[in-house]
Amino acid sequence: MDFIFEWFRTLYSETGVNLPFIYDEYDRKRMAEGLLTTIWLSLICLFFSIIIGVIGAWLQGSSLKWTRRIVNGYIQLFRNTPPLVQLYFFYFAIGTLLPRVENDWGGTSPMLGSFAWAAISLSFFAGAFNVEIFRSGIEAVPKSTVEAAEALGFSRLQIYRDITLPLAFRVVIPAMNNNLVNLVKTTTLAYAIAVPEMLYEANQIWSDNVNVTEMMIFLLLAYFVLVGVLVAGMNKWERAMKIPGFG
Amino acid sequence: MKFKILKTIAVTALISSVSVTAGIADILDTIKERGTLIVGVKADYKPYGFLDSSGTVIGLEPDLAQDVADKLGVAIEYVPVVSSNRMQFLEQGKIDLMIATMTDKPDRRKVVQIVDPNYYSSGTNVLALKSLGLKDWNDLNGKPVCGIQGAFYNKATSQNYGAEIVAFKGTAEAYSALKAGNCAAFVYDDSAIVAKTNDPAWSDYEMPLATIDDAPWGLAVGLGEDNFAALMSEMITGWHKSGRILELEKKWGVTNTPFAKEMHDKYK
Repeated sequence: MDFIFEWFRTLYSETGVNLPFIYDEYDRKRMAEGLLTTIWLSLICLFFSIIIGVIGAWLQGSSLKWTRRIVNGYIQLFRNTPPLVQLYFFYFAIGTLLPRVENDWGGTSPMLGSFAWAAISLSFFAGAFNVEIFRSGIEAVPKSTVEAAEALGFSRLQIYRDITLPLAFRVVIPAMNNNLVNLVKTTTLAYAIAVPEMLYEANQIWSDNVNVTEMMIFLLLAYFVLVGVLVAGMNKWERAMKIPGFG
Repeated sequence: MKFKILKTIAVTALISSVSVTAGIADILDTIKERGTLIVGVKADYKPYGFLDSSGTVIGLEPDLAQDVADKLGVAIEYVPVVSSNRMQFLEQGKIDLMIATMTDKPDRRKVVQIVDPNYYSSGTNVLALKSLGLKDWNDLNGKPVCGIQGAFYNKATSQNYGAEIVAFKGTAEAYSALKAGNCAAFVYDDSAIVAKTNDPAWSDYEMPLATIDDAPWGLAVGLGEDNFAALMSEMITGWHKSGRILELEKKWGVTNTPFAKEMHDKYK
């Protein structure tokens, strides 16, 4: 390993191409942590945004007027405001209103930190889109299928869980892919509230080393690969879920 | 053919550079003719350069600039500058002189003429709650410390003292995160922190540590203005000699900095 690090150090002194996140131990560690934070934040948000999408779409079909109204209000609020504004709102406005807890250094701090707020805010943001995406999938399920299930004595929850949702899922995968790819890219906004993800760490590194060009190229490639892996996974899943003659 | 073009370019460049040098009159003559000295100062950096309630620029650095104008026997005009445009203003001739909290760096000396000796200096310190009782930089170990994205001391603070840097885009976010308790301290320029601790809204906060990374500030004139630079060099030496800087620090509520005291002793 040391041999490789030395090679990149030499590369810098010979050609001026400065990649400190490879040869410098401290920068390497923080870049690796940044990558892990990005992946971890993405996974959490992917998971919760899909959960929100599934539950929201079900509540949207509720027979209770106020349930439908609340779900629609949530969608409008989160779909019509920029995610950066939402992050600032949660972190600086809501965060300071919550009860405070004792911290390790003898003071009090807000209950939730920047990572938690980023996870919550981005999940809700992508979740709002997912609700609408799932609704489109549910509406694509033929009415006769639902009527047949009703005739067989299925309850509303059972129909949603066992019949509508599995069919709807297959319809929505391409649209959901788009949204989730966007979500992974939107995690970069979390650097505004100092979540140490990849963009944040890259920013720290280029401030210390004045190698903006190299870091920009690296970031672009890193996200390209990261999102590429997600897309490949989703495509594989899409093929595995395919039902002949449907969708 | 290629050679000929190169030659033409070289000759043209030579001629134009000669004519430019010959074309510039000495800036001191220009100032006296104009009757005003135009100085670039900060307008958002209390107490070194800020706006009073009527919108006039006041502060420690404007006072220094006034001394220069008095010496030249001309009126003064302040142009508010920020860190990202101050050197450009000087290069473009929008200002004659720049006294704008600028840290003296070798790469900056290539763009503007920084006058020796340095007139002031500042370093890195933290703003923290008095109740935390911080005493040593190592007390920051393992604690979240707010910072500004892009500040050069972030890495040092985390590498040498084990602090977890939580860096924000601007000072407003960092101050509000500190107030909310998201970080134990805020690492920033000591000169700005001093001003904050004088603010009644921040009376629970203090600047508890010894300043590190002390770096000198340089005032600057345009490149090639050797006469003006020589005059300014004399002015700075005079300020240090007479204790003018110490006196102005007192006037603007800054505790006398070690740098100012040291320079006073040196030139006394």
